[in-house]
Amino acid sequence: MPDKVRFIIERQDGPNEKPYTQEFDVDYRPGLNVVAALMEIQKNPVTVDGKKVAPVTWECNCLEKVCGACMMVINGKARQACCALVDEIKQPIHLAPARTFPVIRDLLIDRSVMFESLKKIQGWVELDGSWDVKDAPIQNPYTAQTAYEISHCMTCGCCLEACPNVGPQSDFIGPAPTVQAYLFNLHPLGKFDAPKRLNALMEKGGITSCGNSQNCVEVCPKSIKLTTYLAQLNRDVNKQALRNMFNF
Amino acid sequence: MAKDMSKKKIAIVGGGISGLLATIKVCELGGEVDLFSYCPVKRSHSLCAQGGINACMDTKGEHDSIYEHFDDTVYGGDFLADQIAVKGMVEAAPKLIKMFDRMGVPFTRTPEGVLDLRNFGGQKHKRTCFAGSTTGQQILYALDEQVRRWEVKGSVNKYEFWEFIKIIKNKEGICRGLVAQNMNTMEIRAFTADTVILATGGPGQVFGRCTASTICNGSAVSAVYQQGAEIANPEFIQIHPTAIPGSDKNRLMSEACRGEGGRVWVYKDGKPWYFLEEMYPAYGNLVPRDVASRAIYKVCVHMGLGINGENRVYLDLSHIDSGYLERKLGGILEMYSEFVGQDPRKVPMEIFPSVHYSMGGIWVDRVHNTNIPGLMASGECDYQYHGANRLGANSLLSAAYSGTVSGPEAMKWAKTGNKGSDLTDAELEAARREVQNEYDKILTMNGSENAHKLHHEMGDLMYKYVAIERDNNGLDTCLVELKKLLKRWNDIGITDHSTVANQEAMFVRQLRNMILYAMAITKGARMRDESRGAHAKIVLENGKQKHDKDGELVFMGRDDEHFMKVTIVNYDPKTEEPVISYRDFDHSLIKPRARNYAVAKKE
Repeated sequence: MPDKVRFIIERQDGPNEKPYTQEFDVDYRPGLNVVAALMEIQKNPVTVDGKKVAPVTWECNCLEKVCGACMMVINGKARQACCALVDEIKQPIHLAPARTFPVIRDLLIDRSVMFESLKKIQGWVELDGSWDVKDAPIQNPYTAQTAYEISHCMTCGCCLEACPNVGPQSDFIGPAPTVQAYLFNLHPLGKFDAPKRLNALMEKGGITSCGNSQNCVEVCPKSIKLTTYLAQLNRDVNKQALRNMFNF
Repeated sequence: MAKDMSKKKIAIVGGGISGLLATIKVCELGGEVDLFSYCPVKRSHSLCAQGGINACMDTKGEHDSIYEHFDDTVYGGDFLADQIAVKGMVEAAPKLIKMFDRMGVPFTRTPEGVLDLRNFGGQKHKRTCFAGSTTGQQILYALDEQVRRWEVKGSVNKYEFWEFIKIIKNKEGICRGLVAQNMNTMEIRAFTADTVILATGGPGQVFGRCTASTICNGSAVSAVYQQGAEIANPEFIQIHPTAIPGSDKNRLMSEACRGEGGRVWVYKDGKPWYFLEEMYPAYGNLVPRDVASRAIYKVCVHMGLGINGENRVYLDLSHIDSGYLERKLGGILEMYSEFVGQDPRKVPMEIFPSVHYSMGGIWVDRVHNTNIPGLMASGECDYQYHGANRLGANSLLSAAYSGTVSGPEAMKWAKTGNKGSDLTDAELEAARREVQNEYDKILTMNGSENAHKLHHEMGDLMYKYVAIERDNNGLDTCLVELKKLLKRWNDIGITDHSTVANQEAMFVRQLRNMILYAMAITKGARMRDESRGAHAKIVLENGKQKHDKDGELVFMGRDDEHFMKVTIVNYDPKTEEPVISYRDFDHSLIKPRARNYAVAKKE
């Protein structure tokens, strides 16, 4: 194993600045991941040409692949940087921001659009209040297991970055927020508002914008069966459209 | 739409479970919330909680009772928790679980479709509700969704990627607002509020490598401490026994592993030695965290029995059916495989204790008011509920419960409190200007130190002197070294002068707060001459650590006469040092008794 790991990082000084690349060497150690390497660069922000530069900017929190913050494009693939182990990926390692989203600086991106989409699909259970009512309804344990799987979505944006239908050419809100509608429709109280969510998905940017390219399911770091749920939602939306048409 | 000016405005700093539940409560009472967070609230550190949340549901035929939960919590906390406050929390717990269930938290269920329960440390009954091994993530998401609903209704203004810098007091000394900075545009702005609630989580980053997220730096707590808020019991830092050691972070391996039957062992004389089961026959692998961590430390550091001579022991699940493991612990087993490259279903995991949680924090009364009127604290950043050691799965509970108390109380203060005079525009601008000047000064720092390297050094210091085993020599040394670090902070050089997302400059400001917090932790530990819960102090004899005739280290005992008191830390602005005093608290319900997990608990 070489004692240094080379990183080629696509940088950008601000939202409207031109991108450029810089290269850094980081000391190899077993178990090194991309976030840990970026932290080393913070301690000594010097390029391979010996130039002292500003440390690379990126977003991270948990470093355990649960918060979704550190999503970036690593060797051409959108993924979480914290669990991208240097031993398991090709070197030199190329890092770039996920340009499906506006770049703020370097690898730091603005994913607020995803949270806005969760408003559109009404991604919540309509509770009367946080007070005590009586017992919560019993739930089918198998359905609950499906809900648990979908509820792992970290809103990281990998699936939007990978989806060919998300971007300036389309108004598709993307696989992650769309599939969240399915999650709430499964809940015994949440399903009361299923028609509202399905109707929302009939609107511009909804499920008809999904081109079924299947990229999303390939990149989901939580292995959520996105295409399966997109297909089921598509069926539910069609049924809802018929209901709307015939008013039943 | 015209804004309703009569609406009460509550500023909530931190969007973890406590902050979000407080937000929901305020909205339900007709208030308006300005919600500040380092990150989209959905990415808050609460999501790292894995194993579950305690509540006496008593659905396993074990005759569990709320009293038993109460007693386990007080006993587990080595009798340093306010008992009236704990009682309120355990009584509310089952209702909170039902609320989360209605909100859509996908709890793991029994074949009948009711909530499943599992065992956890320091309790003999199945009392822990869980959603696989990602319970915190699931609860946080449900609250995030409910808050989004209130956002759509116009009751919540989110300030995500804004860093809280300090509170603003009016001329009567009452908290009436705060200053925050946008972490992307770097804009600094002053905000008014009727009440401010801090729900900013724990200070794990003070120790460098820990199980906490990078955002858990304790900086906000330190900021208000420097403005006169009291910190209580900071010396009680929980070291979690089972974490995967890492150079960037120690990743938590949930106590649920042991709850579901995991065993801890090392080789001794060529054979597996299940040392927790041998040392603590009554509780075995499910002793509380402080007890387990000390045992692992002893086996590795003092007995030299760690795996291959390193500081590691086995946490073994390989004897358990893999289908069962997948259902109960799926998420974290996947994490172990991913980061370590070995399958814990087949081979034992290698783990070591890590700094994990702070029992101490901002002093609050039972309804979460700090000593500064108008400022409240809620969640891990406060000191309530856990005493000297927190039981596993009580943190999600205290985070949630505290939010349901602080939210309504903030509204009560906003409506009926004696808030004194409103902040004038000049006062707001003066507060903003002060922060702006401090920030501008950081940008001109051109010394020779790197802030991240200093942070690393501080973490090493704290681990060396203020972790599992402490003694007064080490603590004195640590205080001297921390003072040196504080001085060296002035000699930091900034390489980033950008006006966009300048993370380095923000980190420099946080680092100073972290050093001052570290001093409070260390001084609290230095002054408490006893062992209690997570605070274990070695006896010194002729200036050296004392050993008994068998060569075992001698620890101080629990000293109820002198130290069954809350440590109170005040900041002295002249010396920048912590000043320690002690305060009585309510322990009227359960009489203190010796804590011994080798035998079954007696009441």
